[in-house]
Amino acid sequence: MQIKNNSIEKFLINSAVPILFILISSIAIPLSKFSGIYLVREIVTRLTRDTFLVLSLLIPVMAGMGINFGMVLGAMAGQIGLIFVTDWGVKGVLGLVIAMIISTPISILLGYFSGAVLNRSKGREMITAMMLALFISGIYQFFLLYLCGSIIPIKNYKLLLSRGYGIRNAINLDTAGAFDRLLRIKIRGVSVSFGTILIIVAICIFTTWFRKTKLGQNMRAVGQDMVVADSAGIKVDKTRIQAIIISTVLACYGQIIYLQNIGTINTYNGADQAALFAAAALLVGGATVSRATITNAVVGTALFHLMFIVMPMAGKNLTGSAMLGEYFRMFISYGIVTIALVLHSWKRQKDREMARVQFRVNVKALK
Amino acid sequence: MEGNIILKFENVGKQFDGNRVLKDVSFTLKKGEILGLVGENGAGKSTLMNILFGINVIQETGGYEGNVYFDGKKVVFKSPFEALNSGIGMVHQEFSLIPGFTAAENILLNTEKTKPNIISKIFGKRLETIDEKEMRKSAQKGIETLGVDIDSDTLISEMPVGHKQFVEIAREIDREKVKLLILDEPTAVLTESEAEILLKAIRNLANSGVGIIFISHRLNEIISVCDKLVVLRDGAVVVERSVGGVEIKQIAEWMVGRSVEGEKNFHSKIQDISNDKDIILDVKNLWVDMPGEIVRDVSFKVRRGEIFGIGGLTGQGKLGIPNGIMGLFPSGGEIIFNDKNLPLNNTYNSLKSGLAFVSEDRRGVGLLLDEPIDMNIAFNAMQVHDKFVKKFLGGFIKWCDNRAIRECAKKYIKELDIKCTSAKQKARQLSGGNQQKVCLAKAFALEPTLLFVSEPTRGIDVGAKKLVLDALRGYNEKNNTTIVMISSELEELRAICNRIAIVSEGEIVGILSAKAPIADFGLLMSGIDKLEEEGEDNE
Ligand SMILES: Nc1ncnc2c1ncn2[C@@H]1O[C@H](COP(=O)(O)OP(=O)(O)OP(=O)(O)O)[C@@H](O)[C@H]1O
Ligand SMILES: [Mg+2]
Repeated sequence: MQIKNNSIEKFLINSAVPILFILISSIAIPLSKFSGIYLVREIVTRLTRDTFLVLSLLIPVMAGMGINFGMVLGAMAGQIGLIFVTDWGVKGVLGLVIAMIISTPISILLGYFSGAVLNRSKGREMITAMMLALFISGIYQFFLLYLCGSIIPIKNYKLLLSRGYGIRNAINLDTAGAFDRLLRIKIRGVSVSFGTILIIVAICIFTTWFRKTKLGQNMRAVGQDMVVADSAGIKVDKTRIQAIIISTVLACYGQIIYLQNIGTINTYNGADQAALFAAAALLVGGATVSRATITNAVVGTALFHLMFIVMPMAGKNLTGSAMLGEYFRMFISYGIVTIALVLHSWKRQKDREMARVQFRVNVKALK
Repeated sequence: MEGNIILKFENVGKQFDGNRVLKDVSFTLKKGEILGLVGENGAGKSTLMNILFGINVIQETGGYEGNVYFDGKKVVFKSPFEALNSGIGMVHQEFSLIPGFTAAENILLNTEKTKPNIISKIFGKRLETIDEKEMRKSAQKGIETLGVDIDSDTLISEMPVGHKQFVEIAREIDREKVKLLILDEPTAVLTESEAEILLKAIRNLANSGVGIIFISHRLNEIISVCDKLVVLRDGAVVVERSVGGVEIKQIAEWMVGRSVEGEKNFHSKIQDISNDKDIILDVKNLWVDMPGEIVRDVSFKVRRGEIFGIGGLTGQGKLGIPNGIMGLFPSGGEIIFNDKNLPLNNTYNSLKSGLAFVSEDRRGVGLLLDEPIDMNIAFNAMQVHDKFVKKFLGGFIKWCDNRAIRECAKKYIKELDIKCTSAKQKARQLSGGNQQKVCLAKAFALEPTLLFVSEPTRGIDVGAKKLVLDALRGYNEKNNTTIVMISSELEELRAICNRIAIVSEGEIVGILSAKAPIADFGLLMSGIDKLEEEGEDNE
């Protein structure tokens, strides 16, 4: 903070992750032999598809709770909403809106639960949230596999497994693309879905606005120093729960936006990946567990997906084998997540070191 | 008369795990009165205030005995928030500010000015938007009542300590219904003129009817501002009386319970290092951008083995010098340390090359509060030791050797008279002054080639001051460690330094031998004195 002379070094350390990804991409893009227009089209699609999910992670970071791996809970709620509207046969935008309405109370409930659990494990939020997501995922599977179609009526037989109850593994959505078709405009051969983009812009405005509200201020205070916030009379636990609830609800909407773009639900393992990819994208954008901005989210999403698109093809062209390219793709996408997390913890270490030096081994910096 | 009493302690007692720290404390405070609470380090002052303010530690360690009456009612606050709500404000010995927030955000923490919007009308007040303009205005007003000039947009982390202190006080008096204000050593981190401003503000506050408890180790402040005096010794009230007619020496004697010997003369002991042959630190054209303590252009040479003093008035830049050299604030210029060029703006490097620093910011001094005393003392030595294995071939090489750590801690506990139950006691459980002593021990244990100590006796009681100075001198002699000591107390500097530089307006105006007559120092500072007064008149 005070070492201004080191600001270039600091900038480099801060952006180490995005810079690394830009470097790798700049090598891989020519190797992949993709045309520019193709890449732009792909990136635009994926940005509209994924950014909302990534943005849902911002508020818990602000409240000092790290990356909310519990957003999976919201994603599950969103999927349940979508399954129900598909069963009822509601189509188009109306279907999506109803899905959102159904899943909102579910995700509020799950968010509350998640927040309450995280309050019991302060300082270890991220790992706890991961475990919690696994646990809830079990309940989610039980609900869909056994309760739906037996206790909870499902009319549409296409949704059910052949045994007569339990939801199928993959479901085609009647509501596919409903948001994306709103205000879709072709610009130089790239079709841009302004409808979805407007929703994303709205959430950006919401996040920015929210930071400036009393509640947002409370969250920032709690995120910086729980003890001080508490002694000023801010209800720390309640504030933290609210941060998680907002994040969970946003993740739920994010998942609905994501799925309407894809068009099908991968019922049983679509959701768990959501958190991992969103987290990785945010980290790729240069965010840390304690500081994440809208720019981090957007840049990160774009870079992450650029890698995702380019890498398999580059691998194939390099080795000449489609099979190898496919392995390469898997290897790289998991690699990205691992690298992002490792780099991120390295950076946290670095941050900590700097803080320690600056505050002369201040105890707060060690925590 | 009775109705005038705002606070009454009745036979209050407290023990921590069988260790009795307060017994049978009774006294009263009237509205609009300033009560000076004094006592040695560890006498129980902060503990008594924690009881009044409902700090959780008190409950967690088994509560207290006796009764507290506030505003006519018996009270037992279960949390600071309850105390706040009934009109008690407290400025702690440790800062409770959020470093990443601005002054305004801190002053109005949880009492932010907001304006309604459509969403807040539906979902409630908590979604109202923060009104930054109003916040700034209100905070600025609070700061101005104190009579200081601080930009309310500055981040706390970028402020000098004195300003942090004012921000914290501004926050306490900002609450409208405050009836009683507790100030636990508010002036310890302030320079003399800052302290004066604060004392004036306190007086004004008292005149408006607020009762004030004022804790300080600067007894002259107690005499100049307080109406009433309460002296604690080993947890018991030994004196409760009005301040009128009391002398500093008398108070000091009450505190320690025996007659205080006069300041001993150290000069005879000081060895003569009177030539520039062996220069350990050569500072050339140093500038430091430390808010409130700007250094413009400073050059000086420190001789190996000497104690070099840096004095001067508030805000003239003396504090900026060590902070700049240690890389805590942006700086420029050239520094040659041990014949090697020392890169600026790199704290870690400075530590590595054998410098150590005991900061004036003793509330941010960074003890590991939940670690025992011995770990705290050894911690930095261990960290640096990693890279300097050979240099510390003494007992310290087995840094994980707990016995060596404990031995070392025991030595310093004895030498500095750190009041504790054992070397294994947690730093958090020490009184403020004793924490400060641990900080010194920590720097000693680092065995630096050159040690910067800034305001080493702040928060240390009158009796222990001499001890700390003795320890510095002794350390200097035994290990031939060069010490650069920065202090606003000229007497202190003259007691142990070889030479003293006086800083004014960010530059060194003169370097004198400590034996030089006091009038000469006065002369160097006097010009500045006048300037200051003029500056104040202009406001
Ligand atoms: N949480 C605690 N657990 C155990 N002992 C404690 C605790 N807090 C304080 N003490 C002990 O109580 C005694 C009184 O401490 P206190 O902080 O009240 O002193 P003080 O008068 O404020 O001193 P100073 O002038 O140094 O600030 C000390 O011996 C201290 O070690
Ligand atoms: Mg104290």
